[in-house]
Amino acid sequence: MFRIMEKRLLAPAVHQLVVEAPLVARRARPGNFVIVRTNETGERIPLTIADYDPETGTVMLVVQEVGKSTMDIGMMEAGDSFTDVAGPLGQATPIKKVGTIVGVAGGIGVAPLLPQIKLHKEIGNHVITIVGARTRDLLILKDETEQASHEVIFATDDGSFGYHGFVTGALEELIKQGRQIDEVTAIGPVRMMQATCNLTRKHNIPTLVSLNAVMVDGTGMCGCCRVTVGGETKFSCVDGPDFDGHKVDFDELASRQAFFRDEENLARELAEQKRGGCKCHEK
Amino acid sequence: MPREIVDRVEMPKQSPEDRRSNFREVALGLDSELAVREAKRCIQCKTKPCTKGCPVEVEIPEFIALMAQGKFREADAKIKEKNSLPAICGRVCPQESQCESLCTLGKKFKPVAVGSLERFAADWTRENSPESGCEKTNTDGPALSLCTAADGIERPSARIAVIGSGPAGLTCAAELALMGYGVDIFESLHETGGVLRYGIPEFRLPKTIVNQEVDYVRSLGVRIFTNVLVGTTLDLNEMLAKGEYQAAFIGTGAGLPYFLEIPGENLNGVYSANEFLTRVNLMKAYRFPEYDTPVKIGKRVTVVGAGNVAMDAARTSLRLGADDVKIVYRRSRTEMPARLEEIENAEEEGVQMFLLTNPVRIVSDGKGGVGAMECIKMELGEPDASGRRRPVPVPGSEFTMDVDTVIVAVGQGPNPLLARATQGLALNRKGNIEVRDEYGATSIPGVWAGGDIVTGAATVISAMGAGKRAARGIDIWLRSQS
Repeated sequence: MFRIMEKRLLAPAVHQLVVEAPLVARRARPGNFVIVRTNETGERIPLTIADYDPETGTVMLVVQEVGKSTMDIGMMEAGDSFTDVAGPLGQATPIKKVGTIVGVAGGIGVAPLLPQIKLHKEIGNHVITIVGARTRDLLILKDETEQASHEVIFATDDGSFGYHGFVTGALEELIKQGRQIDEVTAIGPVRMMQATCNLTRKHNIPTLVSLNAVMVDGTGMCGCCRVTVGGETKFSCVDGPDFDGHKVDFDELASRQAFFRDEENLARELAEQKRGGCKCHEK
Repeated sequence: MPREIVDRVEMPKQSPEDRRSNFREVALGLDSELAVREAKRCIQCKTKPCTKGCPVEVEIPEFIALMAQGKFREADAKIKEKNSLPAICGRVCPQESQCESLCTLGKKFKPVAVGSLERFAADWTRENSPESGCEKTNTDGPALSLCTAADGIERPSARIAVIGSGPAGLTCAAELALMGYGVDIFESLHETGGVLRYGIPEFRLPKTIVNQEVDYVRSLGVRIFTNVLVGTTLDLNEMLAKGEYQAAFIGTGAGLPYFLEIPGENLNGVYSANEFLTRVNLMKAYRFPEYDTPVKIGKRVTVVGAGNVAMDAARTSLRLGADDVKIVYRRSRTEMPARLEEIENAEEEGVQMFLLTNPVRIVSDGKGGVGAMECIKMELGEPDASGRRRPVPVPGSEFTMDVDTVIVAVGQGPNPLLARATQGLALNRKGNIEVRDEYGATSIPGVWAGGDIVTGAATVISAMGAGKRAARGIDIWLRSQS
């Protein structure tokens, strides 16, 4: 169980994994996530299900190496197994026929966005996808995005590919062109989702965001992932992870995400020392 | 001729100075000599009130008589006829309000130390059995062994799903396995035991004990599947409709933490007791960075609430290095729901009690963390629905406490995940599962429930009692169906 069937490098330090988890694959829906643990001393981390296939009993996960646990996953190969994969967790994204939806993804946020826009297209929405990355090499899953959308705008911060600027700039242009936009779904770093919501609020476009709070169990028993939405406390693992972006307290979310930063840095440094140092922090 | 009654044997403990800085078990257990001496104090009265005080009706005088003769293995077997998890019950049951409270000897002298004796019998048997040793408990137990019905009655060959591997589920599964049924337990976390694993700390209940008790349940032929959330990973009605299972028991507990709903509660440094204890106990954050899960504790910790969970959180905070740990409770000492022994243990270790005190808001340190907590003094008014005098704020008595960590331990409710996903499962107003008879039958035919998911947060032993009764109910029903 939970064997890695395939592993592919999508961009530097970004991995695509196809993992055997038949019970999860059978009931997964767009927006659901899993909690995984790599080994017996590992922590539980949430990863969004980027694709699922009940036939083969597998789920697809996209993992960016940002700390100890994701670096551990980066070291795993096809044939290795996760100790634990629990799911599908969270509420499925509410996906309705609305007309035109714009999917906005930052960085690896495009992976969790994919199953959502696929379903949007399937049920007859016109899908425009905006995918942003720092630079050309970090744009991932381009073909899959093009297949799942009617129109795609790629954006890079440095202008090395597509639109030169942030995803919000590209979205603003669409709005200025007078394109009909009935709904926006934004997935990516907190500040990118916040900026997207600030823009769409001005134009009264309903916007859904997928929040990435710190989680432990992922089943609603601890409240570590609590967020403030419309003035109320919600547990993002069971009430979300998707929420009305215009009601989310993003500053609080960003602050809570940073709570364990010292510990995270320590764990990563120790792991790097053990592996003889990494190449990214050479002095 | 009345015989001489010797003093009750008190369990040796680690000294408060030593234990407040380690996670080893506080109570050290009896040795065989002390155990025999204490067993001999039992007067073997005919009325056996102690047995009536035990929610699972362990035959207490009978097992104690065996212990008095040094027959510890036989004593353990006697207990296990009624209680599958004696090493756990001997440690965490509130004996002072159950078996020991009714002890005949206790009317004139101190009651027999039933809990200590139960614990000794279980520990001795485990340590002196050939296959002893802690094996990691994980997914996919051994294939079902052919269990013979304990009482020789022929039973239908049915498979039963048990949802949740806490004390209720483990007990129900063990009972059903002993009756000869095939039993599969489904657990949402990656480890078994429920609150025994994630809630009660190592220093009160070592996890090797939990492993060994779970291994015992597994040795009866019960299979355990971890990482399975019934309600999301599997659908209960579908499992029954497909005929994979002929009956089910729901023992999913009270795992949804309540918060105070006061300003500042989402600041960094505010934990639910569930999160704090899960990080430390289940994820072993006290061994970070050897284990990957972090936990952060400040120097000045306040725990809100005064149940056993609050005591566990306060004592855990000390062990993680907090200098100053306070319990803040809105009622007085008499109303504290924690076991007296646990309150004493906490105070000996240096936990301070701020009674008749209620938090009003948590104040930021300006950097997203906790800087202080504003509280108000309370006084006791008229009794409320629970019979306890209602705390009323004293106007103008607000004061501020310097704190950097707040742990909220004001109770838990039922997790709604399973009920939300299971059509036809009737709940009461509080979200607990409604049961229709003394066995715990729910509104869905073939589905029973018991433990905290029915009663709200209660004790380990009452959950075990409910698991046991449900097993009886399931057996009667299955035999009536065949």
